[in-house]
Amino acid sequence: MHPQEEMKILEKSIEDITAVAKKFNLDFYNMYFEICPAEIIYSFGSYGMPTRFSHWTFGKAYHKMKTQYDYNLSRIYEMVINTDPCYAFLLEGNSLVQNKMVIAHVLAHSDFFKNNYYFSRTSRKMVESMSLAADRIRGYEFKYGRDKVESFLDAVIALQENIDPERHINPGGVQDKKDRTKEQTHLGRNCSGGKCRQGKEETPYDDLWDLERSECDSTCAEAEDEGKKIPGQPEKDLLLFMMNYARDLDDWQRDILSILREEMLYFWPQMQTKIMNEGWATYWHMRIMREMDLTEDEALEFAKTHAGVVQTSKYQLNPYYLGLKIFENIEKRWDHPTTEERKIYERPGGQGKQKIFEVRETENDVSFIRNYLTRELIEENDLYLFKKIGYDWKVTDKDWEKVRDGLVANLYNCGLPYIVVEDGDFVKQGELYLRHVHEGEDLDIYYLERTLPHVHKIWGRKVHLETVVDGKKILFTYNGDKVYKKTI
Amino acid sequence: MSGEYTVSREDWSLHRKGEIDRERHREKVREAIKKNLADVVSEESIILSDGRKIVKVPIRSLEEYHFRFDTGKRKHIGQGQGDTKEGDVLGREQKKSTAPGKGAGEEPGMDYYEAEITIDELAQLIFEDLGLPNLQPKKKPELASEAFEFKDIRKKGISTNIDRKRTILEAIKRNARQGQPRFGKITREDLRYKTWDITYKYESNAVILAMMDTSGSMGPYEKYIARSFFFWMTRFLRTKYQNVQIVFLAHHVEAKETTEEEFFTKGASGGTRCSSVYQLALETIAKRYNPEDYNIYAFHFSDGDNLTSDNEKCLKLINELLQVCNLVGYGEIEGPYYFTSTLRVVYRKIVNPKFTSVGIKSKSDVYPALKTFFNPHPENAAK
Repeated sequence: MHPQEEMKILEKSIEDITAVAKKFNLDFYNMYFEICPAEIIYSFGSYGMPTRFSHWTFGKAYHKMKTQYDYNLSRIYEMVINTDPCYAFLLEGNSLVQNKMVIAHVLAHSDFFKNNYYFSRTSRKMVESMSLAADRIRGYEFKYGRDKVESFLDAVIALQENIDPERHINPGGVQDKKDRTKEQTHLGRNCSGGKCRQGKEETPYDDLWDLERSECDSTCAEAEDEGKKIPGQPEKDLLLFMMNYARDLDDWQRDILSILREEMLYFWPQMQTKIMNEGWATYWHMRIMREMDLTEDEALEFAKTHAGVVQTSKYQLNPYYLGLKIFENIEKRWDHPTTEERKIYERPGGQGKQKIFEVRETENDVSFIRNYLTRELIEENDLYLFKKIGYDWKVTDKDWEKVRDGLVANLYNCGLPYIVVEDGDFVKQGELYLRHVHEGEDLDIYYLERTLPHVHKIWGRKVHLETVVDGKKILFTYNGDKVYKKTI
Repeated sequence: MSGEYTVSREDWSLHRKGEIDRERHREKVREAIKKNLADVVSEESIILSDGRKIVKVPIRSLEEYHFRFDTGKRKHIGQGQGDTKEGDVLGREQKKSTAPGKGAGEEPGMDYYEAEITIDELAQLIFEDLGLPNLQPKKKPELASEAFEFKDIRKKGISTNIDRKRTILEAIKRNARQGQPRFGKITREDLRYKTWDITYKYESNAVILAMMDTSGSMGPYEKYIARSFFFWMTRFLRTKYQNVQIVFLAHHVEAKETTEEEFFTKGASGGTRCSSVYQLALETIAKRYNPEDYNIYAFHFSDGDNLTSDNEKCLKLINELLQVCNLVGYGEIEGPYYFTSTLRVVYRKIVNPKFTSVGIKSKSDVYPALKTFFNPHPENAAK
C-alpha cells in the first residue's frame, strides 16, 4: 500500500478509536502519534524519554533490547510518554490491527497519566526539561571533560532511586508559610546549591523553585529545630540531602544531582503504578476493540496479539494480566454484589464502571493489591510465593493472605530497600551515616559494597551504612579505599 | 482532522544517540576486559573455543550497582497453571561452572553481565603491548608487517591532512610567478595535501621454537597452562608478523618435531629429559635456521621435574642456545606436585640478559608470562 494511503487509513482508525474511547468516558490528553523505526522505539525505551541525556548505561540497555529484537525474541509495539500533549510512538511495521489495538491501549495510558493521583505532580513538559538537562550535561562534558562527568553520573545513577516521592506528591503539610522570609535567610546559609536559590523573581519560571523549596524547607527547618543534628528527622531523599549538604561539590555536580532527582521523581509514579496502569490499558484496549468492526482475519490477529500481551509466567507476574483481572473483578463485584456485600457495605450494584474509574484515580499498586486482590483472584489464578532453597526455586506459600502480603511487600517502595540519612556529621567529622530500615529482608551485600564507593564519591568523606544481615546488626564503612564491616 | 490528535512519520535517520551510547558501552567493555586480561587469557572457553568466533566474558565491573535486596533470600511471586502446591520445585539453578554464566534466563537474580567479544578483538587487546624482543636486522628479509606512511602529496584531500609547509611554498611560488615574491593570500590552487600509502615494513626473519614437556608428570593442569601460553603465542605471532615461522618440539625422554595439531592435542607419558629437546632445537637451528639470517626465539614449558642427572647437560645446552638465539624463555608450571629442587633452580646460575624464566602458579599468571617473554623492550622491564 502507498504510505500516504496507509496514513489515511491510520488517521481514520485513530478518529474512530478516539470516538469510542470518549464514549466510554476515558479522559485523555490531546494525542501526538508518531510512526518510528524499531531502532528509535528501542532507543526511546532504553532512555525512558527520547530527549534524555547520554550515558553508557542507556547504551547497554539499548544494546540488549536491540539484540533481542534482532533475534526476534521480543517486540515493543509502542511507547507512550506522560506529557501534555501525550506522545505515542508506534512501531513501523505494525499491522493495521496491531496499530488499532496499540492506539486504544495508549489512549487508556494517557487517561491514567492525566487522572491518577500519583501523577498529579509530574511535570507534563518533561520532554523539554530533559532536553535542556541533556544540553547542560553535554556542556559540562565539554567544560570539565567527558570522563569526569561520566564517572560522576555513574555515582549519581547508582543512587537515583534513593529519593522521597511521598514528600514530592504530598509536600509541605506541616509547613508554615508565614515564616518564609526567616526561612529564606536560613536557606541561604545552609543550602548552597541546587534548588534552594533565593532572591527576587526574575523569570517566569521562578515559581518553579517554590515547589522545590517547600521540600527543602522541611529538611532545613528540621535541622534548626533539633539544634546541630542534621538531618533532624531521618531523611529518605539521599539525593536531595547530598545536594544540599555535601561540602565539596561544584555547582555542576549539584546540578546533575538535581537533574537525576527530578527525572526519577517523574518516573517514580510509573514504577509505582505498573500493574494498575498496564491493567487499565489492557482492560480498555479489549473493550474498545470489541466496538470496532473487525473482519474475521483481523479479529484472529487481534486475539493472537492480545494473548501475547497477557501471557503468564511461573517466575514473575505479568502486570498486564494481573491488572486486567483485578479491574474486571472490581467491576463484577460492584455491578453484581453478593447479598452479603449489599448488606455490609451497602453496595447497591450497577456501580462497576464508576468504581473502576475511582480506583484508577486514587490507588497505586500497593493499595490496589492490598484492597482488591481477593482470595478468589489469588486462588483462581494460581498465584504463589517462591524462594531459592539450595539450588531449587521452590514454592513456599499458597495461602492467599500470605501471597497478597508477600506481593505488597515486594511492591513497597517500588521493591527497593528503604534507606535513610541518619547523620550528616557523624562523629563530628562530617561523615555520612546511612541506615537501612530493615523490614525483614536483607540487602545484597555484594552490591552494597560496590555502591558505597559511589556514595563516597558524591559525599566526599567517609560513609557508613547500617543494616541487618542474618539477624545481626552490621555497619559497613567505606573510607575511600576499602569497605570495612563490623557488628554493632 | 480535528485538533485532538496528530499523526506523523518523520525521518529519524539522524537520531543516533542510542548507537553512540552503545559504542561508548562497547568501549567500556573493552577497557574492562583489558583490565582483566590476566583472567581472560586463561579462560577455558577461549582456549578450547575450537574456532568459534565469539566468546563470552563475564564483566562484573559494568554492572549497575545500587542498593537492592538479596534476590537469593527474597520471596518472589509467580503464577502457575492452576494446580501448584507448596513445595513444588519450579526450576533448578544451573550449577556454576568455572565462569559464572547466564542461566535459563527467566529466573530471578541471574544477572551476571556477560559481554560478547570476538576472539580477534580480544587478541588485539592482548597483543597491544607485545612484540618480539631484541629483533635484529638479518641478511635475508622476509618478515613483513604493514605500515602506513605519508609519502605522497596531492592537490585534493581532506583538510586535516593539509601540508602547511608545501602549501605556503606554493603560495610564495605563485606570487613570485606573478612578480611579487612574497608570502600572501593562500588560494585554493596553493593547497597541498599529504596522503598515505600502505607500505610493507620489512623486518628481519624470525623463527620460534616452541618446546613443551609432555612427560607423565605433566598433568592436565600443567598441560592446560602450557597450552594457553602457546595458544596465545601462536595467535600473537600470526597476527602481528606475517612471516614468522613456528617449529613445534615436544619431548619426554626423547624429543621430536610435531605438527601444530599434534603439539596441542597429543598426550604422552614417561620420564623427563629436557636436554633432549634442547639438543633437537640446536640441531634444527644448525640445519634450517642460520642465525645470520634469522632471529631465533626459543620457549620451553615444563613442570621442572627433570631427571636430576640431566640438569647439568641442560644448563650447558641452554648456554649454547643463548649464543644463537635472541631470547630463550623458560616457563615452569608449579602444579600440585611441585618440587622445590627443579630445573628453574638450576637455571638461576645463568646470567645472560637474553635468558628469561618465569614461574606459573595459577591460570592468571599466563598473561604476565606472555608480557614478560614478549616485551619488545626488555631493558625497560622492571625486574
